[in-house]
Amino acid sequence: MKTVIVVGNGMVGYKFCEKFRAHPANSAFKLIVFGEEPRPAYDRVHLSEYFGNQDAKALELAPASWYSDNNINLITNERVTDILNETQEVRTISGKSFSYDYLVLATGSAPFVPPIKGVEKEGVFVYRTIEDLEEMLSYAAQIKAIKPDGRAAILGGGLLGLEAGKAVLDMGLEPHVVEFAPKLMPRQLDTRSSNVLQLKLESMGIQIHLGKATNQILGESVIEGMDFGEDDQLDVDMLIISAGIRPRDELGKTCGLDMGTRGGIVVNNKMETSIPNIYAIGEVALYNQMIYGLVAPGYDMANVAANQILGNPEVLMPADIDMSTKLKLMGVDVASFGTPYMPAEKGLSIIYENKTKHLYKRINVSHDGKTLLGGILVGDANDYNILHQMYLNNMSLPENAEELIVGARGDGGSAFGSAIDLPDTAQICSCESISKGKICGSIKEGTCNSLKDVIGLTKATTGCGGCKPMVVDLVNETLKSMGKEVKDVICEHFEYTRQELYGIVKVKNIQTFDEALDKCGKGDGCEVCKPALASIFATIYNDTANKEDVIQDSNDRFLANIQRNGSYSVVPRIPGGEITPEKLIVIGEVAKEYNLYTKITGGQRIDLFGAELNDLPAIWKKLIDAGFESGHAYGKSLRTVKSCVGSTWCRYGMDESVSFAIELEDRYKGLRSPHKLKGGVSGCIRECAEARGKDFGVIAVDGGWNLYVCGNGGATPKHAILLAEQIDNETVIKYLDRFLMYYIRTAAPLMRTATWLDKLEGGIDQLKRIVIDDSLNLAEELEIEMQSLVDKYECEWKQAVECEEMKKRFSHFVNTEERDDNMVFVPMRDQKMPEPWTN
Amino acid sequence: MDSILSEYTTVDPTTVSVWFKACNVNDIPENGGACVKYKNKQIAVYHYKRKQTWYACQNLCPHKMEMVLSRGMLGDADGIAKVACPMHKKTFSLESGENLNGDLPAIAIYPIKIEDGFVYIGFSE
Ligand code: SRM
Ligand SMILES: Cc1cc2nc3c(=O)[nH]c(=O)nc-3n(C[C@H](O)[C@H](O)[C@H](O)COP(=O)(O)OP(=O)(O)OC[C@H]3O[C@@H](n4cnc5c(N)ncnc54)[C@H](O)[C@@H]3O)c2cc1C
Ligand code: SF4
Ligand code: FES
Repeated sequence: MKTVIVVGNGMVGYKFCEKFRAHPANSAFKLIVFGEEPRPAYDRVHLSEYFGNQDAKALELAPASWYSDNNINLITNERVTDILNETQEVRTISGKSFSYDYLVLATGSAPFVPPIKGVEKEGVFVYRTIEDLEEMLSYAAQIKAIKPDGRAAILGGGLLGLEAGKAVLDMGLEPHVVEFAPKLMPRQLDTRSSNVLQLKLESMGIQIHLGKATNQILGESVIEGMDFGEDDQLDVDMLIISAGIRPRDELGKTCGLDMGTRGGIVVNNKMETSIPNIYAIGEVALYNQMIYGLVAPGYDMANVAANQILGNPEVLMPADIDMSTKLKLMGVDVASFGTPYMPAEKGLSIIYENKTKHLYKRINVSHDGKTLLGGILVGDANDYNILHQMYLNNMSLPENAEELIVGARGDGGSAFGSAIDLPDTAQICSCESISKGKICGSIKEGTCNSLKDVIGLTKATTGCGGCKPMVVDLVNETLKSMGKEVKDVICEHFEYTRQELYGIVKVKNIQTFDEALDKCGKGDGCEVCKPALASIFATIYNDTANKEDVIQDSNDRFLANIQRNGSYSVVPRIPGGEITPEKLIVIGEVAKEYNLYTKITGGQRIDLFGAELNDLPAIWKKLIDAGFESGHAYGKSLRTVKSCVGSTWCRYGMDESVSFAIELEDRYKGLRSPHKLKGGVSGCIRECAEARGKDFGVIAVDGGWNLYVCGNGGATPKHAILLAEQIDNETVIKYLDRFLMYYIRTAAPLMRTATWLDKLEGGIDQLKRIVIDDSLNLAEELEIEMQSLVDKYECEWKQAVECEEMKKRFSHFVNTEERDDNMVFVPMRDQKMPEPWTN
Repeated sequence: MDSILSEYTTVDPTTVSVWFKACNVNDIPENGGACVKYKNKQIAVYHYKRKQTWYACQNLCPHKMEMVLSRGMLGDADGIAKVACPMHKKTFSLESGENLNGDLPAIAIYPIKIEDGFVYIGFSE
């Protein structure tokens, strides 16, 4: 048995292992991999996500068990220090030796740190590994603690530097990007697109300093600023260097491999170095006298080297390497492909620029107008995939090439067809080298039937993910061309959309989940279709969550939100946020009796946390006896209607916002919907109730109320949009009944009103026609349905505490009265909290 | 933390030495689950009504080490019975214990039988 040693367990080293072990002839080889980093290979391309979630596991390319399952001996935390080429051995830092038959160097690169005076000072970082990020995070936290308006600079305005700029912004420091060249991303952008990008980034709070050469880093032992010469200085508390990379080629020197003058181990198109049986791949390999700082060419190299060793000499590295890139920088699309910019004698350029919208599009076309040579897109790169494919496949251009970037005249549509028009050879996923033919073929041959199947089989989209929209299109188009319908079905158990299922349940008068499975589904259901059907039943029959509790989302089943340690929260309804002193005292007493953590919520009510399952009925009994009801804080249903104090007290108030908020909250309480619903009522346009941040918002104006719909806070905030102006209370309710009922009937599961409106054909104008002009002739039906739901309202906690059978649900064990001894609380600021998670 | 996890290991039906009489069949909700205590162990028990099948597994979710799996939702993935944890919806096969939507360690599965209206869980100790 022959031994292959891989030095470096980074992205490319990992890919080598994967390709090697996937090959039929691999079992004749033993594979040993050395990694200097403490953990198995991870996704460096998405390294910045670590700033958001600090979840190293999520970045892992494969868990440690993958290596052992595939018979790979992975030795992490162990640097290889020498190659003894005569005896075919490597030696590691801990003094061990290992012999090889083939050696693959995948040692990657290290950040280039320019020799500036003072770069060794504390507070100067590079950006390459998880450990680098951890150090930056803890340093930034230290700075913020003593200096809330601290600043951090990034040296280098390239692709990586701008990504670091975003990271600084997320860490809460003021970002400054310092670039030596007179433009941003000098390798990818021309001056004009760089200007557009700069304006956009500045509008987001990132300061850009171009054409600056840093002379020295200021400060005693800790960085305090940067000096650019001639009295030009920038005060900063932290610096991240992102000034390019240098190949980690030091091992090449230990055994006399041929090296480039500026570093890198020279390889040919078989990835062979100058010494037989030693290969180099990834960012350490100098191919065509270039180091390619991108992962896709590295993956190709891994595939070539694996095939060469396994006896497929015909697999070679192509001579031309595509350096096209597309990325989203802080939500701004930036892409460049082919030759992004060039002098006029080489080709003609068509440029569209709109600075007010931060848009720039450029394509370069050959003199005969027939071929696309390259281009740049800033601000909107939706067309990147298809333009890139046209370039790669030398496809012929439309007569008016400008239509490629400004859209066909008149219809605003696209000048080119869809991805399905590409040639079969077009490479769709460059990370995994998957062609269009392979994707479509897998469906036509019947091997795959869905996007999930295609991803499982080909691994397309699992690299950088940039090709996902195209793969989705290809899969859908191919399925369609074969007469298979593609739709947003709920899950494997129900081949229907939510709206279709709503219709079926209503027409067939289906009452229980098992009945639904029998009549239109299959299997036993799952955590997706069960709550979806529960919500549909609630819309049609307005039963509470108690009727079939096992199909409710866990929080609905126990009528409370589960918390970190398995305890629950209790949120009584406080309509409009108005509460009497007596009721406040009851809440206080209950919280004291059961030792609950209390907090005022963002929804103008009080949350009592840390209740044990067994205590929930007793707690609610006390609250209900004092006149409270369930606040449905756990349900996909109406939460709160926030109010401001309004004209009863406020000197600016135009109407009684509290009274109206209470009326609306009482009307829609308990209403189950595809996602949660929130409302707000403000007494004047100062908008203290933040009504426009809600699914429905009402604001008092001269002559009535303005009604806004489809807003939300949360992850993607959206202001609600005006539906009707200066209407009276009755009309507000009439329109709201129609709007809410129409949304509840037609939205997909877990789709809030804003996304629903986005997808509604015709948008707000169509919604106005339906709600105000009754264009669908549905208004009366919607109003009647809503009224019947309102009439059937019951407090589900009241039901639960009054029924012995239902109360059984609220007990941790069924065979003993004992409590969960795994639930631990610790003290915090005079109250308690769950013991923090450690993993 | 890992020490509680190590208290739960799958019991092969052929090695059962104790059949613990856990509860009445009516104590377990139809198409749902509940938790029983055996010595210092918490065991989740589930009942699929349509197929009349029963499953038992550890109540401890290996994701965040909380005793919550009995409150999870039942279902199947390609015909394999599974439970979704109520905390973050990690799903586990009730047949093999395997984590179906991630790479958490498998949960322990216990043999279960129904006799004269009672639920029995098998242990081998
Ligand atoms: C308690 C509270 C935070 C607080 O301490 O103030 C809270 C707590 C939770 N929020 Fe919230 N949200 C709370 C106000 C808000 C608000 C502010 C508001 O309502 O004015 C928002 C933004 C407004 C909005 O929804 O548009 C808000 C946006 C979210 C979102 C994001 C929704 C979105 O569409 O992006 C989620 C996640 C979700 O629902 O999927 C969420 C989910 C949650 C969950 C349910 C997460 C969970 O499943 O455990 C938390 C439950 C805690 C509990 O046990 O009660 N919470 N949450 C607030 C309860 C208000 C209440 O009285 O009911
Ligand atoms: C923040 C960031 C964002 C990026 N974004 C993109 C992007 O959007 N698109 C893109 O295409 N590319 C991107 N890249 C570049 C991409 O990550 C690299 O091209 C890719 O990681 C190169 O893989 P590699 O295996 O050659 O090197 P690496 O991933 O660096 O792996 C080399 C490994 O070898 C180890 N090693 C070195 N010497 C030894 C030794 N002597 N003994 C043992 N182990 C050793 C190193 O510790 C390292 O773990 C990004 C890089 C960073 C840092
Ligand atoms: S923002 Fe809401 S969901 Fe997020 S931690 Fe706070 S309460 Fe929980
Ligand atoms: S604790 Fe079970 S999924 Fe997170």
